[in-house]
Amino acid sequence: MSPLQGCLLFSALLFATGFAGAVTRRHAILVLVGIELMLNAANLNLIAFWRFGPHPEALTGFIFVLFSMALAAAEAAVGLALVIAIYRHKRTSNLDEVKELKG
Amino acid sequence: MNWIVQYLWLIPVLPLVAAGIIAVNKQPQRKLAATLAIGAMAAGSLLSLCAFYATLGHGEGVYREVYSFNWLQFGGTDNWLQLGWVLDPLTAIMLVMVTFVGMLIFIFSVGYMAHDPNFMRFFCFLALFASGMLGVVIANNLFLFFVSWEIVGLTSYLLIGFWYHKPSAAAAAKKAFITTRIGDLGLLLGMVWLYAQTGTLNFYDHGHGCMETTALTAMAAHVTIGGLAVSTMVGLLIFLGAVGKSGQVPLHVWLPDAMEGPTPVSALIHAATMVAAGVFLVARVYPLMSQSPLFGAGLYLDSTPMLQVITWVGAITAIFAASIAVAQNDIKRILAYSTVSQLGYMMMGIGVGGVAVGMFHLITHAFFKALLFLGSGSVIHGCHEEQDVRKMGGLKKYMPVTFAVYAIGMLALSGFPLFFSGFWSKDEILHHASNWSVSHVPFYLGCTGALFTAFYMTRQVALVFFGSYRGQDEASSHGHTDHAHAHSAHDHTPHESPAVMTVPLMILAVFAILLGVIGTPAWPWFDSYLTGEAAKFDLGKLTEHGTLSLMVTSAIIVFTGLGLGWLLYGNRLRKTAGEKDVLEAAQPAVFKLLQNKYYIDELYELTVIRLNAFAARLCDFLDRWIFGGVVLAVSYLFLGLAWLYRLMDEYLVNLGFDAGCDSLRESGSGLSKLHSGRVQTYLRVIGVALVLLIIFLIWGHKA
Amino acid sequence: MSTPLLITLVVTLLAAGTAMCLRNLVHSALMLAICFSGIAAVYLQLNAEFVGFTEILVYVGAIAILIVIAVLLTSSGETPEKSVLTSGWFAGAVVSVLVFTALGWAVLHSHVLASGNAPAPHITVKDVGDVLMTQYVLPLEIIALMLTAAMIGAVIIAYKEEPGTDTKPQTSTKEIPAASVSAYVAGKEGAQ
Repeated sequence: MSPLQGCLLFSALLFATGFAGAVTRRHAILVLVGIELMLNAANLNLIAFWRFGPHPEALTGFIFVLFSMALAAAEAAVGLALVIAIYRHKRTSNLDEVKELKG
Repeated sequence: MNWIVQYLWLIPVLPLVAAGIIAVNKQPQRKLAATLAIGAMAAGSLLSLCAFYATLGHGEGVYREVYSFNWLQFGGTDNWLQLGWVLDPLTAIMLVMVTFVGMLIFIFSVGYMAHDPNFMRFFCFLALFASGMLGVVIANNLFLFFVSWEIVGLTSYLLIGFWYHKPSAAAAAKKAFITTRIGDLGLLLGMVWLYAQTGTLNFYDHGHGCMETTALTAMAAHVTIGGLAVSTMVGLLIFLGAVGKSGQVPLHVWLPDAMEGPTPVSALIHAATMVAAGVFLVARVYPLMSQSPLFGAGLYLDSTPMLQVITWVGAITAIFAASIAVAQNDIKRILAYSTVSQLGYMMMGIGVGGVAVGMFHLITHAFFKALLFLGSGSVIHGCHEEQDVRKMGGLKKYMPVTFAVYAIGMLALSGFPLFFSGFWSKDEILHHASNWSVSHVPFYLGCTGALFTAFYMTRQVALVFFGSYRGQDEASSHGHTDHAHAHSAHDHTPHESPAVMTVPLMILAVFAILLGVIGTPAWPWFDSYLTGEAAKFDLGKLTEHGTLSLMVTSAIIVFTGLGLGWLLYGNRLRKTAGEKDVLEAAQPAVFKLLQNKYYIDELYELTVIRLNAFAARLCDFLDRWIFGGVVLAVSYLFLGLAWLYRLMDEYLVNLGFDAGCDSLRESGSGLSKLHSGRVQTYLRVIGVALVLLIIFLIWGHKA
Repeated sequence: MSTPLLITLVVTLLAAGTAMCLRNLVHSALMLAICFSGIAAVYLQLNAEFVGFTEILVYVGAIAILIVIAVLLTSSGETPEKSVLTSGWFAGAVVSVLVFTALGWAVLHSHVLASGNAPAPHITVKDVGDVLMTQYVLPLEIIALMLTAAMIGAVIIAYKEEPGTDTKPQTSTKEIPAASVSAYVAGKEGAQ
């Protein structure tokens, strides 16, 4: 197993964990937590490929990850704002009860 | 071309136009109708005289001029259906006779039908008949001939059934039409065969016509069914038409019943002209009849098979009808059977002696038979529509003019020697019959017939004109209470007819005497006129051995008949109407047989009519059940199909559609469950999709 | 693979696991912070120092704190008594196992990845800055715009509506009490 494969495996495990949390837990914020974990796993994948792939001095993966982080931050902010807005309307943060779009 | 030949068509067309004008008149305008009809016939007479004059004086050879015009085109430019007329001596003499006698009868009808409310209709039909008859006479073309023949048959039907509210008249009209139809069928077949064989419809066409030698020899050489020549077969078929129209045995049954029509109709149609049309037809196609087949000639002994057939049929008819006439009690029926008998004589004459012999008797018969019929009409009119001779009598003093002319007619018919035309014409026939090479039996039959003729005519005249009036017995036995007041004041004694009725009678009587002159052996003008040979006036011919002995023989026969009749009926005058006839008392069985016309009508009823009725029932069954059944079956088939379609539509299509819609709805509602509205469900699905994608990509790459 | 790295990995994984499993949300958020730190350490190990520090700054410093604040704002700070698992959690678990299996299998059975063994690159912050300002300046500006928009959007979404200052008609939000809203939702569910 090469270091790259080890890194990728580690990030896959992180990803699966984050996915499991996102689809299993009831609370909306925990779903967002899981999504953040998934994003981090993806970033790790990118860095691994940058580090062990060709031309690391081009910094392509590096910059990609930077922007991804910025995006993740913006997305976390907006998502949490949404959760707060929903909590204000429905007085619950239980995702089982948020199904107006049913049908 | 002679101008009269070009305008010959006017002769039949003028009465046709008159009939048309009378037909479209809504209001009864008797004077107009009578004037038109009589005027048309008078104009026709004048034109016929012109035509007659044109045919005279051509020396040797027969004058014959033909006028044809193209009518219809078949296919190529040369294939024209031609129509046309011919002017030859036969045509001319018939034209003169028909128009002249017709005109006289029309004038008579004005008086006879004066009290009838259907005066207009009568004259319309009479004029139509005249045009048809004249068309028959002048037609040079099989097609025109047949059309005119049919018009004549139609108007005969219309006129016999003129008083159609009488069931007997309607039945008689039907019988006449159907019986002559049987003959007409033969005529049509013969004419079609003639056309098919010769390729032309024209009788005379400058050498190409069917009655001219080229065509005739071709037909005589052609052998057909039963070893007979085509000319014989065609002649037989055409003769069948003549048998029907001229009332020869066995198709004679309609003529006596035709007396249901008014008396002028009986005179014109069933004495002078229409029934003579059959004889005229035979005369017209005489070249065909006299054409010997060009094989087996020795069998025929100088006479062709057709002419033999014609002679035998004529002879049998002559004796047959004359015997029936002896036992009849209706004044018109006696004359009807007499007509049938005389027609037989004419046919016999044509058979044994040729066209001239038969036609001479036809011309003389037309005049004296019309005279007799019109006279009987005058008698009936005078006796207030009484027709039974047993109820008449002694009319000599009530109707002297009628008696005089009737006696002249009767003597002419009987063949009283020397002065009356009937003697000369009948003698010609008997003369030729006695010289016939095939057999002498027709001669003997003809002599017997002449005996009967004289006998029954004397009987009739004695019963009608002599003795005392027996009509009063019936009148007195009538209950006067069931008649109107006017009737009780009505004079039951007979009266003389008005001048409009008696003057034509007198004119006819004159001709009945004078016509004999043209046919005596001393000056056979008629013969020469028709055959184109020269005629010499030679009184010495009268005293020739064969001729003189025959004249004496026939004179003896006539006097015997007259004497017997007078003995039985004139001398022992009948006293009452209900008395038994002398002959009936003497020979009741034979008399009954003769009175019932040899039960021929009953025989036909049992065989032919029953067969016909059965065939009609069979056809009805076929039509109703078999053909109708097929139609019904088809319609039921369609009904069944329609029911099936409805079933299919209701259960298959509708239910299928419903099921389709239901499944669509269910699948829709099922699919809508995918939209749970829950984010985590969506996420799970995306996870599964990711897994699948990875598998797909890896395997895709691996391959 | 040196021992500190291994410990770092294990700690990170454990932290992630517990972050997903804990009932208390605040504890979960704290675990998440530890997880992020662990990932930052991994970044440092992979010679992506700048990314590592950015991870700590952004994730631990901002996002984890943000999660804690959101938890507190939605009054979910207490440990819930009922189950924290959603309905259909088992399917989710199965799917996540499947995901890991697929990914892991893909990684392990790929011959391309087996060869990755490049030398360590030497990256300075100056290089990063140069690239950002020259080659990637457009994405930089767009990211700036996006961040601005996200910030404004988040503020608007989470903005507490005050009675009277709302431009929209009050009836659509205020005069429909929550009870009738849930009743309407219940009615819709019933109709299905």
